[in-house]
Amino acid sequence: MDAVVTVTHVDKSFNKKRILHDVNLTASGHEILGLIGPSGAGKTTIIKNIMGMEQPDDGKVTIFGKEMPNRQVLQRIGFMAQDDALYESLTGRENLKFFAQLFGVKKDQLNERIEYTAGVVNLNQDLDKRVSNYSGGMKRRLSLAISLIQDPDLLVLDEPTVGIDPELRRQIWDELRKYAKDGKSIIITTHVMEDAAECDELLMIRDGHIITHGSPDSLEKKYQVDNLEQVFLKAGKSNENTDNN
Amino acid sequence: MRILTITKRIFVEMFRDKRTLALMFIAPLFILSLMYFLFQSNTNTVADIGTNNVSSSLIKAIDNKHITIHKMSANASAKQTIRDKDYAGFIKKTNGKLIVTYQNADQNKMAIIKKSVQMALIKTQIKQLAAATKKSKAGLMKMQAQLQQIKKQLPSTISGRIPAPSTPKNMQKPSSLKLSQHYLYGKSNSSFFTTMLPVFLGFMVFFFVFLISGISLLNERNSRTLDRLLATPVKRSEIIYGYLTGYGAVAIIQTAIIVLFCIYVLGIEILGNIAIVLLICFALAMVALSMGLFVSTFAASEFQMVQFIPIVVIHKFSSQV
Repeated sequence: MDAVVTVTHVDKSFNKKRILHDVNLTASGHEILGLIGPSGAGKTTIIKNIMGMEQPDDGKVTIFGKEMPNRQVLQRIGFMAQDDALYESLTGRENLKFFAQLFGVKKDQLNERIEYTAGVVNLNQDLDKRVSNYSGGMKRRLSLAISLIQDPDLLVLDEPTVGIDPELRRQIWDELRKYAKDGKSIIITTHVMEDAAECDELLMIRDGHIITHGSPDSLEKKYQVDNLEQVFLKAGKSNENTDNN
Repeated sequence: MRILTITKRIFVEMFRDKRTLALMFIAPLFILSLMYFLFQSNTNTVADIGTNNVSSSLIKAIDNKHITIHKMSANASAKQTIRDKDYAGFIKKTNGKLIVTYQNADQNKMAIIKKSVQMALIKTQIKQLAAATKKSKAGLMKMQAQLQQIKKQLPSTISGRIPAPSTPKNMQKPSSLKLSQHYLYGKSNSSFFTTMLPVFLGFMVFFFVFLISGISLLNERNSRTLDRLLATPVKRSEIIYGYLTGYGAVAIIQTAIIVLFCIYVLGIEILGNIAIVLLICFALAMVALSMGLFVSTFAASEFQMVQFIPIVVIHKFSSQV
């Protein structure tokens, strides 16, 4: 399979504190790649480096064969940040429309795309309310809808399921699964183990190191445990040992 | 196209935010009106002065509608009187010298007293001069009459040789000049406000545009929507041009409202073309806009943005003064 995103030997420091240590990852089409780790592990920093919002100190990021940062490539990426980043005084529809226009969605497809993405996150009823009247979960869903607006080939989602009820969470995962089937590539970060179980490929991150990677099943087998939480703990321990040696 | 999308979004946001809208369009008019009334009262300032041992003729000469004279006892000292009674000045005559002490807390009153005293001195001197001239004229007439008598007593042969004294027909009468005043700019009731208005006009436009454009970009950064914008294929320059167009249009409307308010409501006369006034204000607004966007990169919060006002806006104001 073609690699959509390749991150090679990326290092990043803030104020002399090393956040990322030699991060390598590959995301391909047809798959959902999960970055899992506790808060402060460096998940968001990896995402920011992938998006070209931050420049790595060392190493490089390539998306669709082009080195980041690259503005043209951004056209094909749907991005959802950890913060909802919405215009509060606009309605949900206006937010969607604004970003759709920035992505150059054609006029005749505009309404269709807005209705479709709103449908994915169950927001059709509330599209004409102002975002300032939205609940936290609704904002999260709108933010997700915006990341889908231009029908991107790559989805980069930072903690997409926070504050979303289980039923809708199921619906969103089904939708993501459908995209992956269509050949799209999806990168998501999470600290929830249930979300991790849904991914095709997992990268476990602690303190800026990738401690282990593989599919959820293969990881459970490798560490001889029956859930991902255990994998995380075990992998973390073995990583500490190798660090010490 | 993307520029227009951003511009349109700014308009919608602006229109929904009624408070900012009021701040942009109503607050400047309110402040200008207040200033208008504040600086109107300047023309009828009255200065209180105390006098000690000053002749009544001089006091009469000093007295005018801008001055209230209080006669003090002979042993009143200037400093003490001014401090106790909050007079604007004190005049004392000792050994033929006129000593004027100014409180100098209000330069307007100081100038009024200074002018009045100087005028009074000139008036009294002219009066003395006029009196002297009258006396000398009377003396001259007397001498002429005596000369005539002497002439009559002389034998006619000699008297014929003496020319008749020409009575000074063209002796100048003190002609009173009539004063007629014309004003090149404004009217006789022009106040200090008229002088200050161009400064206020520029200041209002600059101040509000600077603050609001700067804070809006700051909000965009703080709410992380700027990050999200930068994760789209939009160019940075397109964002800035979008802002410039959006707030530029708002600035044009604001400028037009303020200028028209000054002309038609406050009755300020503007010589030349109003379009030029608008153009200058608009140029100023664009400077404010760019400065606002620039400075917002150094501010982490609205609070810090406000702290930039002394640095960016006040010196602008003083350079206009």
